[in-house]
Amino acid sequence: MLRHLAPLAAVFALVAPAFGETAEEPVTTYTLDNGMEVVVVEDHRAPVVQQMVWYRAGSADETRGVSGVAHFLEHLLFKATDNLESGEFSEVVAANGGEDNAFTSYDYTAYYQRVAADRLELMMEMESDRMKNLRLSESDILTERDVILEERNQRTDNNPRSLFAEQMNAAQFLNHRYGTPVIGWRHEMETLSLEDALSFYGTYYSPNNAILVVSGDVVPEEVLELAKKYYGVIPANPDLPERIRTTEPPQTAARRLTYKDARVAQPYVSRSYLAPERDPGDQERAAALTVLAEMLGGGTTSFLAEKLQFDNPTAVWTGAFYNGKSLDKTTFDMIVVPSDGVSLSEAEAALDEALAAFMERGVDMEQLERIKMQLRASQIYARDNVDGIGQRYGSALAIGLTVQDVQDWPDVLQAVTADDIMQAARDLFREESSVTGWLMRDTEVTQ
Amino acid sequence: MKRLFVSLILLIVAVPAWAEIDIQKVTSEKGITAWLVEEHSIPFTALELRFRGGTSLDEPGKRGATNLMAALLEEGAGDLDAREFARRKEELSASFGYGASDDSVSVSAKFLSENRDEALALLRTTLMEPRFDEDALERVRAQVISGLMSDAKDPNTIAGNAFSEIAFGDHPYGSSGDGTIKTVTALTREDIQTAFDNVFALDRIYVSAVGDITPEELSALLDELVGDLPETGAPMPGPADVAIEGGNTVIDFDTPQSVAVFGQNGMAREDDDFFAAYVMNQILGAGGFESRLMTEVREKRGLTYGVYSYLSPKTWGPIYVGRVSSSNDRIAEAVQVIRDEWTKLKEQGVTQKELDDAKTYLTGAYPLQFDGNGQIASILVSMQVNGLPIDYVTTRNAKMEAVTLDDVNRVAREFLDPENLHVVVVGKPEGMEATAGN
Repeated sequence: MLRHLAPLAAVFALVAPAFGETAEEPVTTYTLDNGMEVVVVEDHRAPVVQQMVWYRAGSADETRGVSGVAHFLEHLLFKATDNLESGEFSEVVAANGGEDNAFTSYDYTAYYQRVAADRLELMMEMESDRMKNLRLSESDILTERDVILEERNQRTDNNPRSLFAEQMNAAQFLNHRYGTPVIGWRHEMETLSLEDALSFYGTYYSPNNAILVVSGDVVPEEVLELAKKYYGVIPANPDLPERIRTTEPPQTAARRLTYKDARVAQPYVSRSYLAPERDPGDQERAAALTVLAEMLGGGTTSFLAEKLQFDNPTAVWTGAFYNGKSLDKTTFDMIVVPSDGVSLSEAEAALDEALAAFMERGVDMEQLERIKMQLRASQIYARDNVDGIGQRYGSALAIGLTVQDVQDWPDVLQAVTADDIMQAARDLFREESSVTGWLMRDTEVTQ
Repeated sequence: MKRLFVSLILLIVAVPAWAEIDIQKVTSEKGITAWLVEEHSIPFTALELRFRGGTSLDEPGKRGATNLMAALLEEGAGDLDAREFARRKEELSASFGYGASDDSVSVSAKFLSENRDEALALLRTTLMEPRFDEDALERVRAQVISGLMSDAKDPNTIAGNAFSEIAFGDHPYGSSGDGTIKTVTALTREDIQTAFDNVFALDRIYVSAVGDITPEELSALLDELVGDLPETGAPMPGPADVAIEGGNTVIDFDTPQSVAVFGQNGMAREDDDFFAAYVMNQILGAGGFESRLMTEVREKRGLTYGVYSYLSPKTWGPIYVGRVSSSNDRIAEAVQVIRDEWTKLKEQGVTQKELDDAKTYLTGAYPLQFDGNGQIASILVSMQVNGLPIDYVTTRNAKMEAVTLDDVNRVAREFLDPENLHVVVVGKPEGMEATAGN
């Protein structure tokens, strides 16, 4: 959930693959006395800096009944503080020729600015200010609540594919907050109050729950001095709760759902399985699943495309998605968009046949080599993406991974063997731990 | 501003973050020119080709041919069918992207230094020996039609297409470059070949490269890659007769949030007032939180998640448009606020502070765009397509700085046309009626 949305949309961009990590950039880390982590990534190609502050608090850390409050608070952080008027934060960034925004996910909330490198101190002064000094009014709450409801309209309620994905997630997670949408359920969003927002703020916004990531044309020692000056003086919150969440029970029954909507033009089948995530020092299974997703549904040469789009055309589009960057168990997802005249039932059967055929045949070693070559190349291409560097480190550290884990990841991917992939696939593809959904036109008869 | 930052604010004079961008003009033996930025620190190159004309070159009754053609370029070329081609590209870890828009067809490539020659040989086959195999045609056609079916039930696309039709009528701009289900269904392999021949020619090519490559290498690459393309392609479509009139168009669609596209006649990029209009739009509705539209529609009233406007200086007919979406019971108010802001800006102009803030933002943010080889290559090729000089990157901010309060307020007075601001709303808007004639 971004605070504001660039005017573009990708229909099937469900989960971006976690490719493209590299150990080649110079990274320096510190920990301030109050517990705030500091990561500095140098890139001196242009005199630009990006500051990101990540809080280890996302929608999955909310208490029941106030879904959407993490994201609501993210919006409210642009309102007044003891030292800034409402809206002034972004005004000052813009008046310095910079850009700023924020986003909320299940596991974290992050704020960032991109600006000329010599403006870093001003950005730190403002960002540290709103960690503790927010001053909200009732009218802020009412107006901004309308904004997030319109955001939910735009992202979700106006889009049957989003509504369907929301139902798929809710079916997948019985007991974990990943089953609740980041933006919140509408009926709970409508009642979010000043107290709800301040309670989340008071609990989670403190230096010992935050990570500062500064990337760009900077000197690490100078960043550290500034960080001490602005963030180092903020006291740690001694009552910060330990990050323990309710966990999923073993899934023992396959779940199915159908979602019908008159606005659906192109029906499709979606399948998800509960899957392990990347853990500190233990990323091998996630690496195998990352390669498996690429192998099954990463484009024209993938197994599902071969079977369903070329050999025996039943689908206009197929895909497989896995992103291991998650604090708790995540999902491995597949999608089959049937060709004209192919029913959802036939499409689902074709998917299951293809998966069975993959388990039977095993890994195509040439394909594995091609995927590894692309992973190596993506490290080179990733060095060109200045914006992505802060994102890569921040999103990892916010879910408990270390800088070492981030830097090891490319090697862990390269070390994945055919046996690893097939073992991961056997562990993953158990019918009783699946969720299968049909997105349908509301005129269709369920077969 | 309450207490902090005063000393810092006073220090803020435009000291733009300036990447050292040294743009060289390279001309090959065969006379093809390209703009190059050498950047040898990362072993790859981003190459951008643009061919002017785009989907507007579609022949009568063949709407969607250019788009489908562009989508087929990666689906088999030379000796390789679609799957063999994809495998070869993966082995080389190169990335090729093909896109078709109203005014151009783009080819965006990234390739590693370690296998540059092989990657370029493969890229060359897509431009010189595309296959357009029947099975690939049918497969990709089905994907395009699936997309068109979804578009027909997507309020954003419905609104955009309806506005284009109102603004441009029978000109190619007046309909979606993706075509319709009917036209795309009827396209033949010959139509695709014709679309290819219409687009890929040397009289309309623009090239830029950024990365690990020298001028000599680029020069040789240009002749090898595109030197054998024909000299001329299809004639350009000619100007559109843009005559947007005021009023509302309401398209009934059952969804909780109405989507609106609003706009009026635009301004050509070559217009002497374009910079002033650009700064004016920054203040009125460009993206960020500081614009008047965001302040009035979102921050003060909570009527929307996003509202923005932009100058769209299309080659054959510029327009000035924007978008907003609000729940069905609030869209009428959002549209009224936008209409009021249009009138207010025309009649009262902007303040010196608004102008100064907008210019500081625009001049400061400009260099932030130049972050990455692919991004820079894309900017450089667009500059060429738009006829900008090679030193534009270093003169652009001075031109922005030169815009005065009088310029902006005069342009606001002369250019803004609230009487002829047309609004297309898709949804079930309460309290909004279509005006007669629509």
